[in-house]
Amino acid sequence: MTFRRYLVLAVITLTASCGDTFLSRGMKSLGPVSLAHPGQLIHAIFSPWVAAGIVLLIGFFASYLTALSWADLTYVLPASSLGYVIMTLLAKFWLGERVSPMRWLGVAFITAGVGFVTRGPSYTDHSTVTTHEVRREELEPAEEVRQ
Amino acid sequence: MTNTVLATTAMILSIVVTATAGDILTASAMRQVGDLDVIRQRSGIAGAAAAVVTNGRFGLGVICLALSFFSLLFAFSHRDLSLIGPAATSLTFVTNALAAKFFLRENVDHRRWTAAIFVCIGVALLAF
Repeated sequence: MTFRRYLVLAVITLTASCGDTFLSRGMKSLGPVSLAHPGQLIHAIFSPWVAAGIVLLIGFFASYLTALSWADLTYVLPASSLGYVIMTLLAKFWLGERVSPMRWLGVAFITAGVGFVTRGPSYTDHSTVTTHEVRREELEPAEEVRQ
Repeated sequence: MTNTVLATTAMILSIVVTATAGDILTASAMRQVGDLDVIRQRSGIAGAAAAVVTNGRFGLGVICLALSFFSLLFAFSHRDLSLIGPAATSLTFVTNALAAKFFLRENVDHRRWTAAIFVCIGVALLAF
């Protein structure tokens, strides 16, 4: 993993958490949507907070696709999960939601999970994988094989 | 089960199912397309974008992710961010890990399972 690729993971983390928070802020201000009127969801897209959230999520999607082109899904998802920690902080300090000690424990679990996955290989190379090489991949990063 | 619990469960399940299908289809598409950094160096940004958007699996994945997005918007309009966000995401972590192992044949080793379980527990704890 190069510095640039860690930067892509950071962009995924920030845009996903801020995008979801903006969506929540926007939908709360619009009120509950009835199943009988699903067109209200289309109308919601044009409200400022939801629109800003969508712009951030487009940025998230572009960086997410870039990451998936050189890393496994089961690597990218945990590696970018610090976003849930950021989302919790935004919910507490911006949306005014209460953050209990259990939530802080959750933050600790997520951080540990991110630590586990980012220390391992990022990509399963199907063109070269054999039983012998699967064992080797566990010892050294797969992207080195690719490059 | 009360109607409220059933409705919340249905909202979360609809997000999880569509998000997992979307993630697996887009990940599979990007595996077919190859490293975007290499394609961009060879064909420019337009070439890289064309390689992605002309992939059939990518199109299906985007449709599933769009359905997931509208399910999420619907859920946010009825329930708290701190309930829907963690519950839907933690379940999606587990379903994605299983689907990636069986459909994408990713090498989901003990390290990744441990990470997925830690993140899953952590995200679930955020709901309390």
